Amino acid sequence: MSTHAPSHEDAFQAHHGHSHGQDAGHGTLKSYVTGFVLSVILTAIPFWLVMADVLDSALLTAAIIMALGAVQIVVHMVFFLHMNTRSEGGWTMMALIFTILLVAIALSGSLWVMHHLNTNMMPMSPEMMKNMP
Amino acid sequence: MTEFHTERALGEGQAPTFYLTEEHHPEGSTMLGFWLYLMSDCLIFAVLFATHAVLGRNYAAGPSPADLFDLPLVAVNTSMLLFSSITYGFAMLAMERYEKKATLAWMAVTALFGTAFVGLELYEFAHLIHEGAGPQRSAFLSSFFTLVGTHGLHVTAGIVWMFVLMAQVAKRGLIAENKRRLMCLSMFWHFLDVVWIGVFSFVYLMGVLG
Repeated sequence: MSTHAPSHEDAFQAHHGHSHGQDAGHGTLKSYVTGFVLSVILTAIPFWLVMADVLDSALLTAAIIMALGAVQIVVHMVFFLHMNTRSEGGWTMMALIFTILLVAIALSGSLWVMHHLNTNMMPMSPEMMKNMP
Repeated sequence: MTEFHTERALGEGQAPTFYLTEEHHPEGSTMLGFWLYLMSDCLIFAVLFATHAVLGRNYAAGPSPADLFDLPLVAVNTSMLLFSSITYGFAMLAMERYEKKATLAWMAVTALFGTAFVGLELYEFAHLIHEGAGPQRSAFLSSFFTLVGTHGLHVTAGIVWMFVLMAQVAKRGLIAENKRRLMCLSMFWHFLDVVWIGVFSFVYLMGVLG
């Protein structure tokens, strides 16, 4: 097998020239520019909303910020990270879905538990506060 | 196979090699493995985000985000990271066309934007600590410094990796190994930008909203 000794880079190229599995990382100029323009818009809107104090309702502003953030994450995944359901035979998508599930459990669980803890905590008197370590 | 190779090499009067000279990496698995690493890194950030979500309002009678955060500075910082993302994309496109010089140039530009990002972040941290709003001031600031600092450390590691790869590409060219490494760094770099979306939305903008 090892009869071809010349510069094993060439051998490597020849062997792996037909890039299998690597096509996950290939973008085009168009996809990068599209992703960039979308990201700029999706970044500018929330900053404008907060810095110019556009909306009266802080709750609505917060909801819009989080929604635009989620959209921008998807934009980055698609246009910069070139995520799709086919790369690596679907395993990257599977790992991503599993991670999102874990993140959702960790975030919502922490907030839920800690909120209850805060609500059910015994109220502290100024006396106790003063004697705190 | 190796043994045969060794004997043949010795026959030609060369030093024997006791390792596989023909590396064989099944190509697809590296990218999947690196993706799994990124997902585990994502969990680290998720835990830090959860911590900040829980502690982010505990000011201990200290300063609140609205008092501390300089949003124009954060906007500039965000744009630095966004620019670095697209310039790394250009480096990848140049790599696909086997243009070594262009690849190196775009990587240098990316490293420059990354360094600007880290520099601005360090300036912000120094400013906060100088104002007495260091990580020990309140639970909010502890979780803020941990989350944003961890992201900054990742970016710093990415910049170091960028320079190492630039040296490797400059020395050995755009060989298959270097292309694989460049693609791993591409995923790492874009992933850090994704995390930063969460940071500027949730920590800075929502924090200032109150």
